[in-house]
Amino acid sequence: MNVDSIRDGIVIDHIAAGCGMKLYRLLGLENLNVPVAMITNVASARRGRKDIIKIDADIPVSFDVIGYVDPAATVNIIRGGTLIEKKQIDMPEMLSNVIRCKNPRCITSTEQELDNIFRLTDRAKKEYRCIYCDTKAASL
Amino acid sequence: MRSVIDVPDLSLEELDQLMDTAEDIISHPDSYQDACRRKKLATLFFEPSTRTRLSFEAAMYELGGNVLSVTGANTSSAAKGESVADTAKTVSCYADIIAMRHPKEGAALVAANNATVPVINAGDGGHCHPTQTLADLLTIRREKGHFSGLTVGLCGDLKFGRTVHSLIHALCRYDNMHFVLISPEELKVPSYVKNDALKNKGIPYEQTTSLEEAIGSLDILYMTRVQRERFFNEEDYLRLRDSYILTPEKLRLARPDLCVMHPLPRVNEISVAVDKDPRACYFKQVLNGKYMRMALILMLLREAGTL
Ligand SMILES: [Zn+2]
Repeated sequence: MNVDSIRDGIVIDHIAAGCGMKLYRLLGLENLNVPVAMITNVASARRGRKDIIKIDADIPVSFDVIGYVDPAATVNIIRGGTLIEKKQIDMPEMLSNVIRCKNPRCITSTEQELDNIFRLTDRAKKEYRCIYCDTKAASL
Repeated sequence: MRSVIDVPDLSLEELDQLMDTAEDIISHPDSYQDACRRKKLATLFFEPSTRTRLSFEAAMYELGGNVLSVTGANTSSAAKGESVADTAKTVSCYADIIAMRHPKEGAALVAANNATVPVINAGDGGHCHPTQTLADLLTIRREKGHFSGLTVGLCGDLKFGRTVHSLIHALCRYDNMHFVLISPEELKVPSYVKNDALKNKGIPYEQTTSLEEAIGSLDILYMTRVQRERFFNEEDYLRLRDSYILTPEKLRLARPDLCVMHPLPRVNEISVAVDKDPRACYFKQVLNGKYMRMALILMLLREAGTL
């Protein structure tokens, strides 16, 4: 894989420096058998330092997960070697089965098959709470 | 299907309607004696809470309905590992409405998401207990006649007491409320509750450690239990416990129209001698709880089209 040129895939750019690996894990990229380049701590005019993830495969990625980790990230869709779409990312109102509730008294701790759902409760603070027990999601 | 998991599930108009219905039941109990005839309430109590269960069951009986009762986690399907979702689906086949108590936070929401009949949260761990707050609201309305411009003192364990947090949130929806938060340093209202309910809405409040100093300014005094297990050491507990016990001596400093409330059960935080004082409203509060549960059962069964 040539890190600079992707034919068909996705480039997640302008990720806050240090968040790239978290995003990599939450997107489940470590479990996919596709070429992925993780570039960390690159100089960025916009953000000072940034991380970049390049996925050289036409696979679906969850924009909710990207928006949860860093809503300031940008997503570039590449087809046939050219950029066909730049997606603006936003914090999702709901986050389903991305993170787990850490509250041991929460019903999700004993009923493993329940969906772990978090609701955005404070956009300015990037605060998500479990819909079952209202516990705040641990910060990333 | 409409369920009630927490107080904010009800609009202010609906709260008013519930209180109106409850007052009408109090005035004309006979006209409600067959309101739920041939309807069944299932009380699913996965942890013991005799008083709450009895209140729900008495409420349904007074509406002329019947009760199916499941108590204790060991005898129920939970012991066999059945999920809350499956239990809710199954019980929906037998009952017209469910009141559920469960030790896990969020269990009532899971039940509501899966039941095909309305679910009332009768307490999910330390999370919500909306019908307690409904009882508190009706008591305040009956004693004071209104919710405007009241000075409400909350005393005791304000850190862990979910009934206190729920009541603060509910009362903040009314105009010109003023709160006096009376507790030891160790048991102050958590800052997230203060920020969400009071500071961000500009609602005035004071914090104090002295019940004696605060009591004279109050319209309502809501007492709660100060539990031994909340303290690191025995000396702190014993030292502080007595400061937050309401006695006839402290009550002498209060207004003649003070309304003293307590979610019960009490241990020793209100001395028994206070019971004779006309300002003691905590047993009326128990009765009001039953009337609000009747009103809530009626509202939800009507909305479900069952009545
Ligand atoms: Zn939870």
